[in-house]
Parts: sequence; C-alpha cells; structure tokens
Amino acid sequence: MKIVIINYGAGNIQSIKFAIIRLGYEAVLSNDVQEIQNADKVIFPGVGEASSAMHKLRDSGLDKIIPTLKQPVLGICLGMQLMCNSSEEGNTTGLRIFDVDVVKFDDTVKVPQIGWNQITNLKSRLFKDVEEKEHIYLVHSFYAPICAETIATCDYGLAYSAALKKDNFYGTQFHPEKSSDVGQRILENFLQM
Amino acid sequence: MLAKRIIPCLDIKDGRTVKGVNFVDLRDAGDPVELAEIYSREGADELVFLDISATEQKRKTLADLVYRVAEKVNIPFTVGGGISSVEDVDVLLHNGADKVSINSSAVKNPQLINNLVAKFGSQCIVVAIDAKQIDGEWIVHLVGGKVPTERKLFEWAKEVEERGAGEILFTSMDNDGTKDGFANEALARLSTELNIPIIASGGAGNMQHFSDTFIEGKADAALAASVFHFKEIGIQELKTELKENGIPVRV
Repeated sequence: MKIVIINYGAGNIQSIKFAIIRLGYEAVLSNDVQEIQNADKVIFPGVGEASSAMHKLRDSGLDKIIPTLKQPVLGICLGMQLMCNSSEEGNTTGLRIFDVDVVKFDDTVKVPQIGWNQITNLKSRLFKDVEEKEHIYLVHSFYAPICAETIATCDYGLAYSAALKKDNFYGTQFHPEKSSDVGQRILENFLQM
Repeated sequence: MLAKRIIPCLDIKDGRTVKGVNFVDLRDAGDPVELAEIYSREGADELVFLDISATEQKRKTLADLVYRVAEKVNIPFTVGGGISSVEDVDVLLHNGADKVSINSSAVKNPQLINNLVAKFGSQCIVVAIDAKQIDGEWIVHLVGGKVPTERKLFEWAKEVEERGAGEILFTSMDNDGTKDGFANEALARLSTELNIPIIASGGAGNMQHFSDTFIEGKADAALAASVFHFKEIGIQELKTELKENGIPVRV
C-alpha cells in the first residue's frame, strides 16, 4: 500500500510518519501532484495558522488537487479545518470539501484547548473497535461546529465536530498519531479503508 | 470532558536522563527513550524533556533525542532547556517534538515569543516561568531559581499570554523539592486571570497534592519528576485516585 503524507511545509509530519511505521506500513512525504494522486491513502496534516497554510497550498496548486482525490484522504487537525468551507483564523476560505465554517472558541473556555478529551456519537468505520468516550489528544483554538458530516463529537464548553466525513474524505480534529493506543486504532482503521 | 493531565518531567544531560531513576525493569536507566515508553504505557498524558546540558554538541544531541522519542512514543511531548531562537525550535519541531518550552530566553527577549508564535502557532509554544516569593511578592527567577529578575510573576504571565504563548508552565521555586504540595494560591490566581492552560510544577509529594492542585490550584495539568522517577507515586494509581476524587482524568 502506498501512503502519502502531503508535505506542504505545515506542521509536525514526522510524528504521523512514525505512527504509520509503528503500524507496520510505510509512508512517503510528498508535495508531488502525481505521487499524491497515485497513492492508495493520502494524509493531509497541518499544524499552525490557517490562512498561511492555505497560502502554501495555493502556491503549490494543491488546493485544486486535494478536493479531486478519489482515494481515502484523512485530514488531521488544521488539515481537517482546511477541508472545510472557511476558517475564522486569518479569515481564509478553505477547500470546501466539508460544508461547515470553522470558528473560534469563545472566552468562556481556555484557548487553546490542549489535552485529552472524549469522543462520542461515533458514526463511521473510522471508529471500528473504538468505544464511546475514549480519550483522544487535541490542541486547537478553532473548531468545526456540528453539521451533517459530523461523525464524532467532542465537548468543550459546547459540542463540536471531533471528526468529519464526506465520501472518501475524512477529517479528525484530534491527533490520532498522538492519541496513544486509541489513536493508533483509528489510524489503522483509516489505512484499512 | 477535557481531562486534567499528568506530566512526568525528564531531566536530560548530553542525551541521557540525569535524575536517579528507580525503575527495576529498565534495561538502561539513563535512556530517555526507554523511560518515555514506560511512562507512556503507564498512562502519562504528556512528557516534558528538560535539557540541562550546556555543551557545544547540545543542540544536535537534543535534536537526535527528539527524533528517537517521536519514533517510539505515541503521546505528545514538550522539549525545553536553552532554546533561544526560531532555528532551535524549527529543528526540534521538525524532528517530532509537539511543543517547545522557553524560559530565560523569553525573559531576556520577550519578542521571541511573538516570533515563535507567528512562525509555528500558539499551540506549540509553552513559556516556562520559575518564580519565588520575595517579601510577599512573586518574583520571576532565572537559572533554576538562582537569579532574580525585575519581573513580577502575574504581570509577566499576562504579558506572555498577550504575546501569544499557548500554555504556561509555572514552577514555584518555594515549593520545588519540598514535597509539600504545589503553590496552589498562585496557581489559582494565574488560572483565573489568564485564559490559557496552566501547568503546575514544584512540590509534588503525594497523591493528595495532585488532587489539591487541580481543585484548589485550578491547574490544567500537573508536572513532577522525582515522585515518578523513584516510583513513590505510580501514574496509574494516581489517576485512579484522582478519578475517585471526581477529577476528570484519562484512565
């Protein structure tokens, strides 16, 4: 299986690569359009600021390519947020895969949310053998509200989308690569799609 | 519900753990990677590696260590100690660190916080603050509490937040090493006046101390070193105890 982690200069992608290797697979870091299009699975990572990450995607033309991919694609953290319609962070448009707008947590909670929270209302094969209320690791200041494409929710002052799915596109707000055994399970579920 | 975090801290010198560790099952008690794996298995929520070496080789050794930890460990970890530039941080994050912690370099050059946040985002920039009370006033100290500065804890913490830091790691030098509990009054004030997560550090001696710092100190996470290294407190049993006290934890 050919797994490509999109390398567009945003975020800690080493950890994702290591997590995939721990599961017994190999992964390639790439920003090459053909290599991405020919992959069996594509992981779209992202840590950092939304509008500058979108700039990097546009500069490399990947903003046009990613929404056209046909194989399973997993956006992680900012990667998931960039797959939405827009983000309040830097007021940027997104890739418009998920029909939801990313907004900022209000100041009734500490921002960023850092740490282990629980996922509930699990709805997809992505969560096969994962129990309700398992803890996963998140670090974020912006969130996708609940929408038709929500496949897991999390509660931080309010309920929001911990994961999204549309057709072959998946997104997790949490970091499966940093979420201990539960995260490894979820990552493996994705790789087995 | 967001869980309160338990964070073992490993002191590193020239790529090795320095504080005596009491793990009988360790093949190599000085290997930070092996220790990290054990803590991760036992249920630690996060790890902090604090580099206290001061050699020329330091940067490369630390970067190598970060790479090896990231290879093996599937929980988040923070790296601190002597980090003073965007380039330093770039290498550590690139090698797989989730967060970096800066201390003296931020006090000497507060603009560094803004620069790091602009380049890497708030979520991975932790500012560590060491402070102790002088005439009833919390004063920020450098060099492990040896050198007082002119900065007052609460003002500095506010400035750190405004400059974009994602988290504060507050060590009370008055409590550190006493095993008498965390500085809960100061912690509660930080947690109330600021709107970013606060990690409590300094003073852990027993399980009740952790419970107290989460309830009275309103801390979001608690960090300790020797009580974990010497197995005076097991992470698993600590979390079970906290859960019984009604504190949300990941068990």
